[in-house]
Amino acid sequence: MKTDDLISMLSTNVERVDRGQVVRNVSFAILVGTAAALVAMLFAHGVRTDLSKVSTLIYLPLKLVFTIGTLVLTAIALTKLARPGGERTTPVALVALPFLMIMLLAAISLAAAPSSHWEKMIVGDQWLECLLSIPIIAIVPFAVIIWALRQTAPTDLVRTGALGGLVAGAVSATAYAFHCVDDSLPFVALWYGGTIALCTLAGALLGPRLLRW
Amino acid sequence: MIEAELKNLMIAGLNGDAAAHRSLLERLAGHLRGYYKGRLARIGRSATEAEDLVQEALLAIHTQRHTYDPTELLTPWVHAIARYKLIDHLRRTRASLGDVPIDAAADITAQDDHVGAESAYDLQRLLSRLPEKMRRAIQYVKLDGLSVTEAAVRCEISVSAVKVNVHRGLKALAAAIAAEKSKT
Repeated sequence: MKTDDLISMLSTNVERVDRGQVVRNVSFAILVGTAAALVAMLFAHGVRTDLSKVSTLIYLPLKLVFTIGTLVLTAIALTKLARPGGERTTPVALVALPFLMIMLLAAISLAAAPSSHWEKMIVGDQWLECLLSIPIIAIVPFAVIIWALRQTAPTDLVRTGALGGLVAGAVSATAYAFHCVDDSLPFVALWYGGTIALCTLAGALLGPRLLRW
Repeated sequence: MIEAELKNLMIAGLNGDAAAHRSLLERLAGHLRGYYKGRLARIGRSATEAEDLVQEALLAIHTQRHTYDPTELLTPWVHAIARYKLIDHLRRTRASLGDVPIDAAADITAQDDHVGAESAYDLQRLLSRLPEKMRRAIQYVKLDGLSVTEAAVRCEISVSAVKVNVHRGLKALAAAIAAEKSKT
């Protein structure tokens, strides 16, 4: 095939291109993933029953600020990173900000509490359930997000995969937060932060395989 | 400035200006040819592979144009695609990744090589591997130059279905090229 022939072919009947496609596809995938995660949470666990208690009304929003903050920040970074050459201009390290904040708050709340309370604050009641639920609930959102990222031609597959896993983990943690009754900040920092980090690692490992184009 | 000129052509092309799109692809072909010949020569690979890569990169640039963000520079976007295709090519043809030279975005427009050339790919053979509806859509709209509306009448499907088939068909064409390469 002559290169000139290829160019003629490609520039015959050129269509106008919709430039909002990348942002729209990624946002849509996150919405679908969130819906799937909420449904999974409702069927597997159910919403916590003490929603009307004052302490719940304080701590649930706090957890959601962490998970949704991570979600939004990562989603914005992803719409830049996932394009060809996006790794040059995207400050990926910024997505660690919510993690640093929650760790700082966890440290402050531990410092303010007597050391006899520490074990209860860190390990909580349902650490195992949390450890298993967040990665499992993240599977469907991860699949949907990978589907969207396959249309954005990423050139840094490890980092794009990592942020895809991070978004899926944050989506999953957001849904799981409506069920989880462990409200201490050290618990959220360790088990939420840790499982989301695990999802990020899984995404980084799977990225080169799943995102190749 | 090369960047400003290419970017203007790209934006006009994104708005549906076929002449601008053609002239963008023609100019990029020259730069890509220079880039690939240089890179391949440096690692002792034959320059005939360069034209295959030029065509793959052009196809990728065309099918992925929706990923270009006009608030960013165009050259780094083109370079990222060109380099990605080079690495993918070396991986598929089993070269060591240590062979990939380090380079910067400006390298993509550093050379301009306009020797008209031919790749090892046979368009008709590649097209024959595509699903019927995609193959016909590309034949009518991209090769015979029929309008999308005319093609829709001939294929007895909607105008938007023709557009989708053309787009998916070009992506499938890129995939067919990659598959062909992995085999050899």
